[in-house]
Amino acid sequence: MTISIRSVEKKFGRYPALNKIGLEIADGELLALLGPSGSGKTTLLRVIAGLEFPDAGQVLFHDQDVTFASAAARRVGFVFQQYALFKHMTVAKNIAFGLDVRKGKDKPSRAEITRRVDELLRLVELEGLGGRYPSQLSGGQRQRVALSRALAVQPSVLLLDEPFGALDATVRKSLRRELRRVHDATGVTTIFVTHDQEEALDLADRVAILNQGVIEQVGTPAQVHDQPISPFVCGFVGEANRFEGGVLNGRFTAGSVVLPAARVADGKAVAFVRPHDLVLDADGFAVQVNRVHVQGALATVDGVTLTGQRIEVTVSRDQADQFTGAVKLSARRAHVFPG
Amino acid sequence: MAAPRLSTEDPAWAKALIITLVLVFLGLVLVLPLAAVFAEALRKGLQPALDAIANPDAIAAVKLTLLTAAITVPFNVVFGLCAAWAVAKHEFPGKSLLITLIDLPFSVSPVVAGLIYVLVFGLQGWFGDHLVDNGVRIIFAVPGIVLATIFVTFPFIARELIPLMQEQGTSEEEAAVSMGASGLYTFWRVTTPNVRWGLLYGVLLCNARAMGEFGAVSVVSGHIRGLTNTMPLHVEILYNEYDFVGAFAVAALLCLLAIVTLVLKTALEVAQPGAGRRGH
Ligand SMILES: Nc1ncnc2c1ncn2[C@@H]1O[C@H](COP(=O)(O)OP(=O)(O)O)[C@@H](O)[C@H]1O
Ligand SMILES: [Mg+2]
Repeated sequence: MTISIRSVEKKFGRYPALNKIGLEIADGELLALLGPSGSGKTTLLRVIAGLEFPDAGQVLFHDQDVTFASAAARRVGFVFQQYALFKHMTVAKNIAFGLDVRKGKDKPSRAEITRRVDELLRLVELEGLGGRYPSQLSGGQRQRVALSRALAVQPSVLLLDEPFGALDATVRKSLRRELRRVHDATGVTTIFVTHDQEEALDLADRVAILNQGVIEQVGTPAQVHDQPISPFVCGFVGEANRFEGGVLNGRFTAGSVVLPAARVADGKAVAFVRPHDLVLDADGFAVQVNRVHVQGALATVDGVTLTGQRIEVTVSRDQADQFTGAVKLSARRAHVFPG
Repeated sequence: MAAPRLSTEDPAWAKALIITLVLVFLGLVLVLPLAAVFAEALRKGLQPALDAIANPDAIAAVKLTLLTAAITVPFNVVFGLCAAWAVAKHEFPGKSLLITLIDLPFSVSPVVAGLIYVLVFGLQGWFGDHLVDNGVRIIFAVPGIVLATIFVTFPFIARELIPLMQEQGTSEEEAAVSMGASGLYTFWRVTTPNVRWGLLYGVLLCNARAMGEFGAVSVVSGHIRGLTNTMPLHVEILYNEYDFVGAFAVAALLCLLAIVTLVLKTALEVAQPGAGRRGH
């Protein structure tokens, strides 16, 4: 199912939660909506689901205008932030809900429903837990139940709001893999919301970055990381050293720091350099190393320039002992934006 | 060296003193009068007390009280569920006004509540002539008693359910609707089961009040023996006629109803901690 979002606007009171949003989602794609808290991710997801209706603009499912169609009519599977499992129903009843509500000839037989529930429990690796109540499950298990409940109706699109937000780090990582596996197994077009850039880059085919109700950039994880088109994206996706200074004749200067800035007009500017893009260079700018700490195969160097700007460098661990006292660095690559 | 004492750890004698005070106070104000009711009822032995209860007027009063509760409680269950659902799960203009209105019976004296019905439906009331012409009796009749009781008790269930439903938010309902459930199906299968303990608690409180209400019912009843006397009113009549054994026997019966309610309520709290968290 392809989804097109065209100039969607949504205001709460006078506050514009979504501002002229345009987005195309390809059939079978796994897309992440990434943005800081309050940027409008949930609102956009709910507009796509039909749980919220836009003030202006259109939502198209496969070229069909569904802007004001109900959630049920759109056949979306929605996984809520806190899962919203039915507390008084067993896991199996929860998963069967979407089939149980059907009427007449649409309603599968009891045996068919049981078969489908078992199949879903197997898909999310919860075999044998169908008789439990949600309160008897761990956070990660609840999340899986919510996922299989959403999949039970064979949705045309699967929408997940911060699906891993309430889980601890290890469970989160394994469930990420799980979602990817389920997505690949079912091929359902999937959109998930997250404020965790690592999660978005790790899991998604493409990432849409939202900021204050506006989509700043849409691209593959590599694109948004390596070719950010705005200072916001650059600062939000991945780690970066930030410098405020000016550009003159293709060179960015901020205190003692000098960076290449071809194709940027002269004037005030802001520059970002990824920690792994800083390298030792005898012709570079001076940095005083304060501390080196090792994280697995990598080492992070904390330093400070002559003008007091803090610098973070990531290097492979075998290079770490070259970073002592005063060193000279230059940037292999810098992202410079006028501003 | 003495271990540092927490500020919440009072010395043992103070604890004992406070607990004793509370117990003495409870004994004087609650237990003693309650015991006195039973003692008075049984002063001349069990038989006179049983006779007083078996008196046709007393039986009529018991029946009327049960009838009133049997109408009031279901009505308030429906009303309370609807009102709480509307208030807790939806946004609409006038919502805060509705909440204030639901609370009105708590803040109005029951006597005033009774008088309102007399004013509206009484002989000299707004609809008095119209009702008389059509042979409908509301005041000094059972409908008036039921109406007054409903008025006095209607916040109980709604007030119990509103915070509970608000706390639960709307995402379960949204989940149900997004899977194709109708509004009504969602209400019965998702919203209501989630508040069933609170609802039961509200029903008990509502029932206790419906059976015990005096003021509002007294105004609209007309005190016609065997016809419009509820148990509390019957107690008062017997008492005013110096039939102490009769008065206390019926009162004891009312107390028993209250005690059954309390026991049920406590059992509910033990079974489902949280059901009556808000208390009253
Ligand atoms: N129902 C609502 N009423 C009023 N304001 C809302 C409502 N829902 C969201 N908002 C506001 O819209 C903005 C975007 O919210 P949301 O989409 O939930 O952001 P996110 O999911 O990215 O954290 C926030 O500023 C939020 O306060
Ligand atoms: Mg959100």
